Amino acid sequence: MSATTTLTLTGARVIDPATGRDEIANIVVDGERIAAVGDDSAGLRLDCDGLVISPGLVDLHVHLREPGGEDAETVASGTAAAALGGFTAVCPMANTEPVADHAAVIEQVKQLAVAAGRCDVHPVGAITQHLAGERLAELGAMAAVGVRCFSDDGIPVGSAQVLRRAMAYARTWDAIICNHAEDPALVAGGTANEGGVAARLGLPGRPHEAEEVMIARDLLLAEGLGARLHIPHVSTARAVELIREAKQRGVRVTAEATPHHFTLTEDLAGDFDAVYRVNPPLRTAADVRAIRAGLAEGTLDAIATDHAPHAPEHKEQEWGHAPPGMVGLETALAVTLTELVFPERGEPTLTLPQAVRALSTAPARSRDIDGHGGPLEPGAPANLCVFDPQAQWTVQPGVLVSRSHNTPFAGRTLRGRVVHTLLRGRFTVHDGELTDEADPDDGDGEPAVSGNLHHTGLGPVAQPPPAGPTPAEPGATASAPQASIAGQERAGG
Amino acid sequence: MITHLLSMEDLDAEQIGHILDTAEGFRDIALRPVKKVPTLRGRTVCNLFYEDSTRTRTSFELAAKRLSADTLNFSAKGSSVSKGESLKDTAQTLEAMGVDAIVIRHEQSGAAQTLTRFVQARVLNAGDGWHQHPTQALLDLFTVREHVGRLAGLNVAVVGDVLHSRVARSVVQGFATMGANVTVCGPPTLVPASAPSWGCEVTYDLDGLLARTDVLYLLRVQRERMTEQFFPSSREYARIWGVGRDRLARLPDEAVVLHPGPMNRGVEVTAEVADAPNALITAQVTNGIAVRMSCLYLMLGGEQAAPAEPVTQATTAEEVAAR
Repeated sequence: MSATTTLTLTGARVIDPATGRDEIANIVVDGERIAAVGDDSAGLRLDCDGLVISPGLVDLHVHLREPGGEDAETVASGTAAAALGGFTAVCPMANTEPVADHAAVIEQVKQLAVAAGRCDVHPVGAITQHLAGERLAELGAMAAVGVRCFSDDGIPVGSAQVLRRAMAYARTWDAIICNHAEDPALVAGGTANEGGVAARLGLPGRPHEAEEVMIARDLLLAEGLGARLHIPHVSTARAVELIREAKQRGVRVTAEATPHHFTLTEDLAGDFDAVYRVNPPLRTAADVRAIRAGLAEGTLDAIATDHAPHAPEHKEQEWGHAPPGMVGLETALAVTLTELVFPERGEPTLTLPQAVRALSTAPARSRDIDGHGGPLEPGAPANLCVFDPQAQWTVQPGVLVSRSHNTPFAGRTLRGRVVHTLLRGRFTVHDGELTDEADPDDGDGEPAVSGNLHHTGLGPVAQPPPAGPTPAEPGATASAPQASIAGQERAGG
Repeated sequence: MITHLLSMEDLDAEQIGHILDTAEGFRDIALRPVKKVPTLRGRTVCNLFYEDSTRTRTSFELAAKRLSADTLNFSAKGSSVSKGESLKDTAQTLEAMGVDAIVIRHEQSGAAQTLTRFVQARVLNAGDGWHQHPTQALLDLFTVREHVGRLAGLNVAVVGDVLHSRVARSVVQGFATMGANVTVCGPPTLVPASAPSWGCEVTYDLDGLLARTDVLYLLRVQRERMTEQFFPSSREYARIWGVGRDRLARLPDEAVVLHPGPMNRGVEVTAEVADAPNALITAQVTNGIAVRMSCLYLMLGGEQAAPAEPVTQATTAEEVAAR
């Protein structure tokens, strides 16, 4: 293993929902782990005044498209997008080609992510073979390689019997079942929320009842079995109510909401621009309000992106021919801050700590992802997101590092920008730029970071030298060559 | 006057009136021995048809030819589309060949609007999915105005499969924009709950509607809706919402009956109604050509035919042709 590097992120507002900490503090990172949180500092200093440090963000619902859909995304490009979005762990769905319905695909995706080195992945395994909803996949084989959650992604398990068996069987590992909540018969052929907009546009509808019927069924099944259920991308007001009631009854259910469902409405279908086509569909303003309320009260535990890259030739089609889904990894934090924490009009939905909880701590806990989501305390892995809650930027699809640019937020000016992302003490994003870590074995020793480091030069830091050789001696100041710092970050991986 | 013609929602009463007035000039061309004016000479109109539709395509082709435009027909079957070519690639290929206007018929709602993102050419929607069929509504307005003498204040009943009908959306909006009182009627499974937001009323009771109907507009009801459980059988549909001799007799004497075709005789309409003297179904077909000439002329003709004067000043094609 490489030399241990010591670094202090100074002066940031540290928000750690796992401990309740919300204060200006330094975080000392020693190698892969947090050494101290508080007034201490050691090693190199990175000025984080005015910034927020949170646990690295965790996304329960992404599509990395590899294997099989590499024209739209790869594990490398998707985890790069995740890192730029402040994420340190993401959960890719099983609808790859071949389907992640056996351990080999799970292992492949994990290995690709390790090779890329930018973000941990916790793949979701399929519930049924080929996502066909009929025969159970070998959940045990996938659980053996670390899978904690099973889902047929966008294809609901229509048979209550099959889903109930899966829930019961998954209890062997106390694993989680996540079922796309739209009744297949009720949404057959539908491409937009059933209602006035779809009727006017002549688009086949997907009624909100389709989602609510499925959630009600799945909640009852989980309740009866004591099974763990996760409900993806909740999009209707009544669905929030159903989940709230179930939680009050003690059902072991968690739920997520996406940035697009808590900000956008069905009206965007009006120009037939398929970038706005998604399942479940964008709903009404009343639904958006209910989703926000559900996040505020904690009925909806997590914010998840359902990052769904699609190549331009697939999205630049007739509305009804284009595949559903939109990218979200690089905009999720900023959309959350802009719309829910610092809205230009109206009352905020979430406090900043609540937003951090929904983007990091709650999703990590809900899926048993250790080492992410905090607590930020000595000995914990240094998985961190450092963001500027004030910085404004405009979403330009062409500069997204995801291979696909199907963002519904194109042209929007958002508030909140990821400055640094640290994965086990190593910068995956530094100063808003990806570090050059995609090939950790290239060994050229060249600096990985071209951006400026914010050393403060506050003089020598009274800390013992870290063990082992290190190019940056204790007491390094602003005069330290940037290359040496970058080199250490690199070696830290 | 018109850049693209995509939806009746885009047209106000003045614009609709202008299209209909312009069409009157073109209607008379069909009565001449030489049924052609030079208005669009040198312009190229492409009929891009992703759905089979002999009557609409033929109507547009005749309209363009009577305006002296060059026409080309591109149908999805047996073309590059059947080899998997995308709408974008097809559209850009046509544009590279220099077409000035594309008349598109497509089974997907919104396809005409999507096409406008890919080309500079003018786009005319000849029917997209369940969404809109604006020239159908315009020719219906023209036909009713011609036979009844007015549009404002008429009681119009649009009966049948409203949910799946692009004609219904265009016709309801067109008549409502022109000041008619529109009621849609059909089985509740085939009438969107939000239909009143189109500026019409909704009833499921056809018999209660007939006595106060000036214009009875019957929509095509496809038999496959039966297998999708929208109604149990075509026999039951015909009994409750179909129009035959008995219901025809309960219309006011001056009432007229329209149908966009093709008809399902025995379902929404019986032979006696289709062939009744107050059925305007063949007049609709005849007028379709004049109305489509009017639309193409207003979209393409203005700049070239009368560069010195704005096209809105030319009230009829006759005047333009005379210049």
